[in-house]
Amino acid sequence: MSGVNKAKPSTECQPSFTRGLRALTYRELRKWLKDPVMLTMFVLQPLIWMGLLGKSINIRGLFSAENINLPRQIPIPGNAILHPPGVEGVVLDGATFSRLLADMSAGVMQSAFGVADYFSFMAVGVVSMMVTTTTMFSGMSIVWDRRLGFLDKVISTPVPRAAIIFAKIFNATLRSLIQATVILALAYLLGLRVSPTFTPLNILGVYAAIFLMGAGLSSVFIAFSIRSTRIEKPMQFASLITMPLVFASNTFFPTKFMPGWMQTVASINPLTYLTDAIRQLTILPTDTQALIWDFICLSIFAAALTTIGVVLSWKYLSR
Amino acid sequence: MPEEVIRAENLTKVFNNSLVAVDHVTFSVREGEIFGFLGPNGAGKTTTINMLITVLKPTGGRALILGYDVVKRASEVRKVIGVVPQEYTADEDLTGYENVMLCADLYGIPREVARKRALELLELVELTGFKDRLVENYSGGMRRRLELACGLINRPKILFLDEPTLGLDVQTRATIWEYIKRLRKEYGVTIFMTTHYLEEADALCDRVAIIDRGRIIAIGAPSELKDRLGGDVITITVREEADVSDLIKSVENVKEVRRENGTYRVKVERGELTAPLIIEALRKKGYTVTRLSLKELTLNEVYLEYTGRAIRDVEESRAAFMAHRVHLWRARRK
Repeated sequence: MSGVNKAKPSTECQPSFTRGLRALTYRELRKWLKDPVMLTMFVLQPLIWMGLLGKSINIRGLFSAENINLPRQIPIPGNAILHPPGVEGVVLDGATFSRLLADMSAGVMQSAFGVADYFSFMAVGVVSMMVTTTTMFSGMSIVWDRRLGFLDKVISTPVPRAAIIFAKIFNATLRSLIQATVILALAYLLGLRVSPTFTPLNILGVYAAIFLMGAGLSSVFIAFSIRSTRIEKPMQFASLITMPLVFASNTFFPTKFMPGWMQTVASINPLTYLTDAIRQLTILPTDTQALIWDFICLSIFAAALTTIGVVLSWKYLSR
Repeated sequence: MPEEVIRAENLTKVFNNSLVAVDHVTFSVREGEIFGFLGPNGAGKTTTINMLITVLKPTGGRALILGYDVVKRASEVRKVIGVVPQEYTADEDLTGYENVMLCADLYGIPREVARKRALELLELVELTGFKDRLVENYSGGMRRRLELACGLINRPKILFLDEPTLGLDVQTRATIWEYIKRLRKEYGVTIFMTTHYLEEADALCDRVAIIDRGRIIAIGAPSELKDRLGGDVITITVREEADVSDLIKSVENVKEVRRENGTYRVKVERGELTAPLIIEALRKKGYTVTRLSLKELTLNEVYLEYTGRAIRDVEESRAAFMAHRVHLWRARRK
């Protein structure tokens, strides 16, 4: 009777980190990919942001010749002009002057946003914003694993504990990578202009930046959610911090016009570095020095938060 | 003497330094046994099981599984045990077969072995015909059977079942019992289970520990526990007003008599033989027995005796708990 068991020693079980990680990540991704409604929402949401907000805030339009639309004739009072000797006054042609202003404003756009159109600028912002929310919400899914008993069951198997936590982090980052790819492709179709320095290889850099951000943010949310019995708490927390993260950064507007205190906040906001890194790699002529700085900051952020998150989650797993 | 496979010594779990969930619990389980933890919701059954399966760390005492300490040698323990949790933990978005294979991946069982065994186990729990269907289409009984298959993928020496028939209807429950018995027979696996169904403990367990408020208050074979209570209960109504307690007590095999509103609750051994003797004794003294009922002891009485509470009170809150869970489950699927 018990001979069956004795003949098969327990050494048969060879729990491995990679196999456990692959199995658990596959489970999560599969859950996500098989749900067409969720997937549609994931695409629809950034599409709405870009299509409505991105196209409605037409900053370039503000400075267009049509908008400036000066009267056909502009008399210029003599005392307002430093005129060369012998000339009494100047009369400019309105259309020419409007064009002149528009040309100047293109320079303003360029110096403010780095690109001539606001849409490209904000489309990259949408990518960062979506990466932020997706990683936070993916991390939260551990609340369900815990509630439904799945987590305890996994803990009772010999799978390395690290595989349990890293599968969650992996799942969160993979989701945001897939999502970022889709958003960038859509943005391109909607009129995003890539810089002349862009090469397809830059996409790998974009992925690396997103991976760092995703790993840091999801770890923290996993550690936070693993202790909550209800999903509402981490959800509220996520929506609470999303706004300040997005607005106190260069996601939708350059930081240099912000009040000093906000610039300080933006300078320690990881979203600033993620967004800048993606912009440097896609729409801007790459400024290598700035890009390296972005990656240094993102790496520090990722290392610190992943460590904190993993340690705290680990502590929970060995209650 | 069969080998001891589980040993708990003063096992204790205190949550947040104040809530004592399990209080100095000591017991041992022998190889090949079906050992049951019987008690109401919140008695500490799941907390105990969670300590034995290395999910929770004890705050006091220790537990050994096949000689391995559950804290110091947790990874060894995990390899030799199988766990079937209270909840349906199988993933609804995967098929039955994929779920079993997921478990195999977690245990790190060589793929070829795992494939073969997964099919064999699905056959054992009669899910072969449904193995490629998504679990979301499974019934409650099928899910429970799938959990059993998952719990056996590593050929465990000890299988832990936490409330194996929770929320199932009576018929499905009976089939699950059959599977559990078959598992022991075919795999020789030792089974540690918790339950709050008395008839389940009665029908399945070789030995039962009754746990209440974190403490073991009785331990032994179901028949032993019943005997300890004095066997059967005879309820007698006598037409006459006079108290005949002493007269009844003088009858052979009568252990205890309690009078409540003219009705006598008599604890006896071998009720079927003692009842006629009581009637005879009363008639000799001129008393008339108007009503008599004989009840063989079930664990229900045992339970009532030891805890002072009927297990039915507990069932109510269980039902509420299940309803809440179903609600959550639906919410998640939205």
